[in-house]
Amino acid sequence: MATRVITIDCLRYDPETDDEPRRQIYQVPFTDDMSVLQGLQYIKDQLDGSLTFRWSCRMAICGSCGMMLNDVPALSCQTFLRDYHPGGLRVDPLSHFPIMRDLVIDQADFLRKLEAIKPYIIPRDPRSVAEGTYLQTPAQLNEYYQYSQCINCLLCYAACPQYGLSSAFIGPGALALLQRYNADSRDAGTDERMQIVNAEDGVWGCTLVSYCSEVCPKDVDPARAVNQNKINSTKDYFLRFLTPWGKPGGT
Amino acid sequence: MANVKTYVRPMGAWWRRNPFYGWYMLRELSCVFVTAYAVVLLVGLARLAQGRPAYEAWRESLASPSAVLFHMLALAVVTYHAWTWFKVMPKTLPFLTLAGRRISDRAIISAGVVAAVMSSVLIFLAVSLASL
Repeated sequence: MATRVITIDCLRYDPETDDEPRRQIYQVPFTDDMSVLQGLQYIKDQLDGSLTFRWSCRMAICGSCGMMLNDVPALSCQTFLRDYHPGGLRVDPLSHFPIMRDLVIDQADFLRKLEAIKPYIIPRDPRSVAEGTYLQTPAQLNEYYQYSQCINCLLCYAACPQYGLSSAFIGPGALALLQRYNADSRDAGTDERMQIVNAEDGVWGCTLVSYCSEVCPKDVDPARAVNQNKINSTKDYFLRFLTPWGKPGGT
Repeated sequence: MANVKTYVRPMGAWWRRNPFYGWYMLRELSCVFVTAYAVVLLVGLARLAQGRPAYEAWRESLASPSAVLFHMLALAVVTYHAWTWFKVMPKTLPFLTLAGRRISDRAIISAGVVAAVMSSVLIFLAVSLASL
């Protein structure tokens, strides 16, 4: 296969020596079947061993290799160098996250939020192993299946200007996973999660830019999860006036 | 993680980084025209309440070149405004099913657009017939 050369303009940041990021340009030979991730691996192996980036599975399932490619959030393993030739490729770490080093971002904020939404089934009546599994129909599965496809790659956060402007916003990914559990027929934890939904930094932090759904590599459609919960949050708010005993999930 | 020195990038002019954000900002900005057009209609209503001469004067003012230009601009912007909201309409709905199959986002968007076009045509026809 013919080898061509592409210019990769990469953000570099070394917290030990740099006060702010700088740019470095590499000339990378590539073949038609090479992903952007393989291009970066070529740089690391052949040109500059100090370039730092995250990756693992190379097949769009681990969610580690997300980065900005010409200012668009994408999985670098799923994107081909040939599509950026001959114009060249600009690589940046995922937008809106603090940079730790080169293309590596600090995910701690997301991980805290992920934990906060209780991403696990909270059953109404816990069953013992002897009682067997919880049963679910295909129709019930369809209510949450697409949300369960999230791989925590954070592309949606890098696409969300509201998260960039205020990192207090719980964000598309965590809210999609919140909906994944709320919509599960085996789960009864909706009331516990409602405080997060109702908060100003919950679903109401979203202004429906909807770029999160555009860039999602798994078609999770986080914007839909967030905006479905605006309706739930509104219902929750008004139902509290109608039911004098109140709802436990209110803020 | 908290002990590591990190660099936080500024958000200045973020809407210029990607055309998607540009179109989003245009959507948000289009509400100014929606409001302006609503104000024009409200003024018309107030003039109608003041009697026929006032209402006719308001109608006459709509025929000025600047008013026609405003209305053409407002029509273009409001059409874009409406289209953007139809485009995101599926995102505000729970999953809808018909005969056991999920209704696609495309079908929801198309249904919204068709309903808007048909009601516009009906209103236009009704007004045209009434003014004959």
